[in-house]
Amino acid sequence: MKFDKPETTNPIDQLKIVGQAVNRVDGPLKVTGAATYAYEWHDPDARLAYGYPVGSTIAKGRIATMDLSQARAAPGVVTIVTAKEAGQLGKGSLNTATLLGGPVIEHYHQAIAVVVAETFEQARAAAALVHVTYEEAEGKFDLSAEKDGLGPTDSDVKVGEFETAFAEAAVRLDETYTTPDQSHAMMEPHASLAAWDGDKLTIWTSSQMIAWSVGDVAKTLKIPPANVRVISPYIGGGFGSKLFVRSDTILAALGSRAAGRPVKIALPRPFLMNNTTHRPATIQRIRIGAGRDGRITAIAHEGWSGNLPDGDPENAVDQTKLLYAGANRLTGNRLATLDLPEGNAMRAPGEAPGLMALEIAMDEMAEKLGLDPIEFRVINDTQVDPGNPNRPFSHRQLVECLRIGAERFGWSARNARPGTARDGRWLKGIGVAAGFRNNLTTKSGARVRLDGRGVVTVETDMTDIGTGSYTIIAQTAAEMMGLPIERISVRLGDSAFPVSAGSGGQWGANSATAGVYAACVKLREIVAQRLGFNSTDAVFADSEVRSGDRRALLAHAASNGEITVEDAIEFGDLKKTHQQSTFATHFVEVAVDAATAETRVRRMLSVCAAGRILNPKTARSQVIGAMTMGVGGALMEELAVDKRRGFFVNHDLAGYEVPVHADIPHQEVIFLDEIDPMSSPMKAKGVGELGLCGVGAAVANAVYNATGIRVRNYPITLDKLITQLPSAA
Amino acid sequence: MRAFTYERAASPVQAAAAAAANPDAKFIAGGTNLLDLMKLEIETPTHLIDVNGLGLDTIEATSEGGLRVGALVRNTDLAADERVRRNYGVLSRAILAGASGQLRNRATTAGNLLQRTRCPYFYDTAQPCNKRQPGSGCSAIGGFSRQLGIVGTSEACIATNPSDMAVGLRVLDATVETMKPDATTRRIAIAEFHRLPGDTPHIETVLERGEFITAVTLPSPVGGKHLYRKVRDRASYAFALVSVAAVIQQDGTGRVAIGGVAHKPWRVEAAEAELPRGAKAASERLLDGAKPSHENAFKVTLVERTLGSVLEEARS
Ligand SMILES: Cc1cc2nc3c(=O)[nH]c(=O)nc-3n(C[C@H](O)[C@H](O)[C@H](O)COP(=O)(O)OP(=O)(O)OC[C@H]3O[C@@H](n4cnc5c(N)ncnc54)[C@H](O)[C@@H]3O)c2cc1C
Ligand code: SF4
Repeated sequence: MKFDKPETTNPIDQLKIVGQAVNRVDGPLKVTGAATYAYEWHDPDARLAYGYPVGSTIAKGRIATMDLSQARAAPGVVTIVTAKEAGQLGKGSLNTATLLGGPVIEHYHQAIAVVVAETFEQARAAAALVHVTYEEAEGKFDLSAEKDGLGPTDSDVKVGEFETAFAEAAVRLDETYTTPDQSHAMMEPHASLAAWDGDKLTIWTSSQMIAWSVGDVAKTLKIPPANVRVISPYIGGGFGSKLFVRSDTILAALGSRAAGRPVKIALPRPFLMNNTTHRPATIQRIRIGAGRDGRITAIAHEGWSGNLPDGDPENAVDQTKLLYAGANRLTGNRLATLDLPEGNAMRAPGEAPGLMALEIAMDEMAEKLGLDPIEFRVINDTQVDPGNPNRPFSHRQLVECLRIGAERFGWSARNARPGTARDGRWLKGIGVAAGFRNNLTTKSGARVRLDGRGVVTVETDMTDIGTGSYTIIAQTAAEMMGLPIERISVRLGDSAFPVSAGSGGQWGANSATAGVYAACVKLREIVAQRLGFNSTDAVFADSEVRSGDRRALLAHAASNGEITVEDAIEFGDLKKTHQQSTFATHFVEVAVDAATAETRVRRMLSVCAAGRILNPKTARSQVIGAMTMGVGGALMEELAVDKRRGFFVNHDLAGYEVPVHADIPHQEVIFLDEIDPMSSPMKAKGVGELGLCGVGAAVANAVYNATGIRVRNYPITLDKLITQLPSAA
Repeated sequence: MRAFTYERAASPVQAAAAAAANPDAKFIAGGTNLLDLMKLEIETPTHLIDVNGLGLDTIEATSEGGLRVGALVRNTDLAADERVRRNYGVLSRAILAGASGQLRNRATTAGNLLQRTRCPYFYDTAQPCNKRQPGSGCSAIGGFSRQLGIVGTSEACIATNPSDMAVGLRVLDATVETMKPDATTRRIAIAEFHRLPGDTPHIETVLERGEFITAVTLPSPVGGKHLYRKVRDRASYAFALVSVAAVIQQDGTGRVAIGGVAHKPWRVEAAEAELPRGAKAASERLLDGAKPSHENAFKVTLVERTLGSVLEEARS
């Protein structure tokens, strides 16, 4: 099904099941432990062996010698695979560093061997007996040291004359902000079980993107994609770190090939930070010029980040092209080559760190102008793409988000003069920030089958990374076919199923349900035909098909055999004519201990305008999880770089702190009642990343409001406040 | 983790003797620290002596009016004991500020005292660390040292002792009771129990080979207000950047011990004379000779301000 015209009315609009706060259909499986995660697949008849990775202990250079003799002789060892044994490998098109290094080493903890043994404990013990010496090369690990050499590039985006307009502006801001490297730190580590049957490989893994995995496994192992099957029905969190094939998968496949047995591998927790990907640190310079009336006349956002050779920059400037009005604009990324582990997508890549900076800058600018931060944003709202005024937003309710949020959060009670609200030993403050994330859509397929019992089975390689995909897909099929949700069976995460959008970029919910919608439209046509209805006026409801006085059981259509159809949604040019984005505002109240400078969040509110909300319950879970992540980014998350040795030092969950329950006392989420007929037949958009975008800045602005101290370097830890706080009693 | 053999000790003296007989043996109590370290091969015992079956899990009154806490009393039980809560509130509060409910259910009094540092380089066996591998160097000096020590440090090691409980015990002047392999016992003042790093940061306490902790005793109650303030980057489940254990009397005199700043709970009796004059005077004495790194210099200010806040709370 091609989607290239704004949607009119369709069966989803009934909202009998879609749009309702349906409980997760996979909930019981998860709370009873019956959902099988990657590392839990176990076939008692298969002679399963266990792999354990060996990581490089230098950041850059070459392996000089590698002595495997002691490890080979260790109890239970079946085989050891290094780059030498593996032979010529390709590199996945979505990987920057190779997943099995050696002799060249590209980053710390790059995998250089996998030890396969009868038990996990034996593999782990033997892995410690692999002795390696290196020829270390000098590396670059310090973004700030590289920054000065990196100026404007040809890919800078310019609208009007920024420099002139900025120089002439009555009120100006020119500040630099930094965000640190961050780790996905999801609960389930990367894990894979690989089994070969002749030249065919099956991998049970934890992957957000099944088809990407198939492609890159095939490319890395130099085998045809048709010989690769990837299965990943349940995923214990990913946040982008499982978009791409990682070393667990390749090592399991290589280990299994060498051992002639299925091999299972989970990456040890300390590997998460240095072996896999992370969100790269940024340095961001923001300049804003405005008239005394508060109208922005010039805005520039430049971002510096680093990555391995051939890696991409962290695109922290993208939202600045679209979020606020202003005739003269400049945005650009500058990329340094660094020898730290690979930087790549983490939840809301680009916008998350970008808004952490931009939305502090907006707060600072409002103060310079003597305007309320909400009014300043309202004044600079735009209903068109500022770089191309002929291109309107499909739907933009940022102002509504600001107004409703202000009302609900009690913004008017905020003390505009910072450092003046007190509650015992705590300094109190309130902050606001806008949230913005583009609405990405991508082709997504599904197969639906109706059987003689009246059960519809949906099959798509879409994944559920804890987001609720199972549930919203079941809701979509139930609504379309007029069945109760219990009659829908959803099967996800298998490359034997049609290729879907997958889970990333908050495109999954809208695109994947639209693909299921497309397949269901086809199924309805065949059902109507079989039952002798005219498909245009047939109504599917209460497990029946009706038209006028005639009615028939839906199940009867399949009485002579199952009906199977497949279709995909394909998106046309609406994105070119209309800018599609999602909007939010985040309100945060913090308290800062007047003595110790510890910052604790007291309450949070997010107001989101993101198209139709397919399931307010699962959507809310996404947003409160994202808000929590935003608090982590604002107050504690930072991969500490050892600039001498080139690695992230705090590589476990004790050293890399993320918020715990005690950090998140009260959260509220409001979804504006919105539908966007330009986005898909579902009229929905994504919220999973939007919920994070802007949260950090709202916290930062609240800290400023509480203390009068402007911290421009995240995370806002107490050491950055304590020397500037007024002397304690 | 390396392969190891395992035995259950039948008595303290047998446990001590078994440990003395094998230089690579370790006692295992709750296992919440030791097992993590074994998985990473930071600790590599070849033999484990399980001491969980020895009893030693009761809290009894002593003839001096104090309490004797068995080495295997779980942190949860110690913190919840009515007598501890009434008369040694600072200890109860310190314990509850540490780890998580599950961990405290398992962690023991002796194990907590002997938990090892949380210096991040200590946790990466590929990095030089004098504490883990004597003579290899200290990666933290000149590296990521935000969490580490500012006082009593050495050229060889700047790590801190991460225990909250130990800070509470230090301010209460507890005593560690032990049994040696030859069945002799000794009493070690908590002040003497942990060592400064010096040239031998791998030797963390004065315990001798095989010496087994049987109990920790608390002297008779000293009254006063008992406060424990733990400052950290998140609200729970994190090690202290700085912590303050204080027992403050009505006249403003009292005692304080500081956590998160040194290789042992940090208490300077001479500084306590300054307490009535306020936090600034007291913390200057407390941190006399401090040598913070660029990354953890904030701890000097933080100690003073946290102490000030605790003293204010004590007054109110
Ligand atoms: C995630 C996490 C967070 C934590 N957070 C905190 C925190 O915030 N604050 C805090 O204070 N602690 C914290 N801890 C540490 C925790 O308190 C310790 O792990 C625990 O107290 C150790 O007790 P155990 O009985 O499990 O010791 P074990 O792991 O069994 O043993 C520790 C050491 O003590 C030795 N030992 C045990 N018993 C004896 C004995 N009777 N005689 C001689 N030697 C003995 C062992 O040989 C071993 O060397 C945390 C731990 C974890 C895992
Ligand atoms: S501070 Fe101590 S524990 Fe940390 S690296 Fe240095 S020697 Fe090792």
